[in-house]
Amino acid sequence: MPAGRDTSSPPAAHRLNHALREAGFAALIAIGLSFPILALGAEPDINNQLALQTRWSWMFTAAVLIGSARFFAVMLDSSRARLLAIAGLLCTAFGFGTWYFAGIADPKIVGGTIAAGVLAMLAAFPADKPEKNAHSAAKTPARPATNLSSTAASLFSAAGIGALIAFPLAMLWWFGSAGSLKWINNYGIQILIFVMLGWGLNIVVGLAGLLDLGYVAFYAVGAYTYALLATQFDLSFWICLPLAGIMAAFWGILLGFPVLRLRGDYLALVTLAFGEIIHLVLTNWSDLTNGEAGILSIPRVTFFGIPFTAGEDGFAHLFGLQFSPIHRTIFLFYLILALALITNFATLRLRRLPIGRAWEALREDEIACRSLGINTTNTKLTAFALGAMFGGFAGSFFAVRQGFINPNSFTFMESAWILAIVVLGGMGSQIGVALAAIVMVGGTEALRELDFLKQLFGQDFNPVQYRMLIFGLAMVLMMIWRPRGFVSTRTPSIFLKERKAVAADLVGEGHG
Amino acid sequence: MEFFFQQLINGVTLGSIYGLIAIGYTMVFGIIGMVNFAHGDIFMVSAFIALLLFLALTTVIGITWLVLAFIIVLLLAMFFTSLWSWVIERLAYRPLRGSFRLAPLISAIGMSIFLANFVQVVQGPRNKPIPPMFNETIALTSGGLFDVTLAWKQIVIMAVTVILLTVFWYIVQKTPLGRAQRACEQDRKMAALLGIDVDRTISITFIMGAALAAVAGTLYLIQFGNVNFADGFIPGVKAFTAAVLGGIGSIPGAVIGGLLIGLIEVLWSAYVSSDYKNVAAFAILIVVLIFMPQGLLGKPEIEKV
Repeated sequence: MPAGRDTSSPPAAHRLNHALREAGFAALIAIGLSFPILALGAEPDINNQLALQTRWSWMFTAAVLIGSARFFAVMLDSSRARLLAIAGLLCTAFGFGTWYFAGIADPKIVGGTIAAGVLAMLAAFPADKPEKNAHSAAKTPARPATNLSSTAASLFSAAGIGALIAFPLAMLWWFGSAGSLKWINNYGIQILIFVMLGWGLNIVVGLAGLLDLGYVAFYAVGAYTYALLATQFDLSFWICLPLAGIMAAFWGILLGFPVLRLRGDYLALVTLAFGEIIHLVLTNWSDLTNGEAGILSIPRVTFFGIPFTAGEDGFAHLFGLQFSPIHRTIFLFYLILALALITNFATLRLRRLPIGRAWEALREDEIACRSLGINTTNTKLTAFALGAMFGGFAGSFFAVRQGFINPNSFTFMESAWILAIVVLGGMGSQIGVALAAIVMVGGTEALRELDFLKQLFGQDFNPVQYRMLIFGLAMVLMMIWRPRGFVSTRTPSIFLKERKAVAADLVGEGHG
Repeated sequence: MEFFFQQLINGVTLGSIYGLIAIGYTMVFGIIGMVNFAHGDIFMVSAFIALLLFLALTTVIGITWLVLAFIIVLLLAMFFTSLWSWVIERLAYRPLRGSFRLAPLISAIGMSIFLANFVQVVQGPRNKPIPPMFNETIALTSGGLFDVTLAWKQIVIMAVTVILLTVFWYIVQKTPLGRAQRACEQDRKMAALLGIDVDRTISITFIMGAALAAVAGTLYLIQFGNVNFADGFIPGVKAFTAAVLGGIGSIPGAVIGGLLIGLIEVLWSAYVSSDYKNVAAFAILIVVLIFMPQGLLGKPEIEKV
């Protein structure tokens, strides 16, 4: 786009003219984009005939918002001022929205937000000072590698693990046994499952550089292995857990063999197809999996054989506690925490073994790797098998936690979700993946908390339905702004004299 | 035998739709080497645009002659869908040119999720049915177990596909624009040195792919009579399979691949199992990518160090 931001600033009048033209063009495009799909709506009536509705206000809102955003983007130089202006714009829009769409005429809310928004937009202009280092990232050659103090890093991870161990007890103490269920279950366990899946996929994508879009297949294999063994053969969770891992690893190798020759986009699509086939087989092979209805009443987790029941031989009675369903949830939390930490520990150790070094070499350059005599077949297969094994563990944990599984939990969206966690976290970075899982899973869970928006936008407004919309957009924006994720530095596992992190600018382009 | 012929006709109809979508994949892959994962959702968006325009034309403006309404809807849907594709290429793919290898693919996956959920939020999650049209049938045989029939909508689908493919073939083969596209496909840097505006050519490639996807979307709507926000994914993967089967980068290959995938899908559901018809398409994708990655008409890819 012909923005004037890179050239020396043109005369003010000329610039305003240019910005207005750009804004008008952007608004026109916005109208073109939203004309059929946003401005017109169709809902089936009682005769199942579609009736057309018009929503011109939506279209004009979109046009005004996009046009103004473009105007600020052209007029303002510094990203700080741009952010301020866009925030003001959204604030103003929010004020008008509550008034126009929700019919809330409370002058304090409407007037307050509009005034604050306009002020922010106006303040953006004086705040627009050229940033000294605005383009330095692009212009200066690669930054020198930052030294990561290893004691600080280990202190940080120790504090993190300590906080995680204390988390359920703190929640229990703070919210009581009924109120803490949501926090431990929806936030704690849910996030940790995705941390574990992210770490498992990180072996395949982050370390070995093999883009896998069908990772959910192994998660499904693990879940169904446990569910079927437990319901058909009465095996306990502790026997099934390793079996589920072995089963998933077996499927990982089964997938790995044919795709050895593929890489990049082709590999991604074959793994996607594989994941979809597993999903379709689970849906249609009703004799084994009970199809869409899924497997019900999977045995729940026991405390190494002691069930979490209220009876005489239950956990609470044996330990002299008052029975509460929260005990099981807390146990599940520690279980998934332990599983995730094992995944992390295994990955960190594997990176120092020859096989781990071979993975990373494979990621950087497959041809060079082969020329140096590394057996790429074994390297790829072990990456697939180990990644799949941890997916299988996570799957059997999922089954024991839910007590019910059906194929709908294992769709392509789950794979995309796990991949997004790995990519947004920074491929190959363990801490980055954990952070990304917290932000993404925690963030979407937090959308459920935004019930106050219902009071502003009416009862039909459901923030949860915007979850995937925001998720898709975030994936695109992350690729544009930080394609290497939150933690873009790489920490080599082998070093001379002192440990160093390699800055993202220095990370070369691999072939794998 | 009648049964087989009937399935053959149905398969060619379905295959035409897949072929039209597949061209978008194959051209974009040919020119920038990227799997445009959002293309299936562009197709779904176009079906929605066609549905809304059709409703607007018939109920608000009151056009009763179906053929006229169909032509207007087709042209407008092509225009609006192209606009979507142009904006997406501009915002989500162009900034990533020269970024690391997986960035455009991941961005495209994000765009695909965004489009599907955007349509779900603004148009609702339910199936959108339209009244059936071009439904009269012609009996081709009589006297057998049952009559082999050809519905008018199938004739419309095949005719529109043939006409558009001819126009499209003419553009790619005979016009300066097509020459620029083929030049960019062979060597982007050299094409730029010879004065071709590469960015513009890539944009036009996206626009052309989206226009053909819009034709497919409109025809899909006529054939199946309803559309849903989730309808982009499976046809998208199947069309991609068609592009790979025909040889990615090759336009006639995409059409042949589309027809083959359509036929295989229909015959598979007729003779083997309709539950597993999608498994057949995915299995073909896997088998072709592994054993015949150059496809039927593609050039083998040689990797240089």
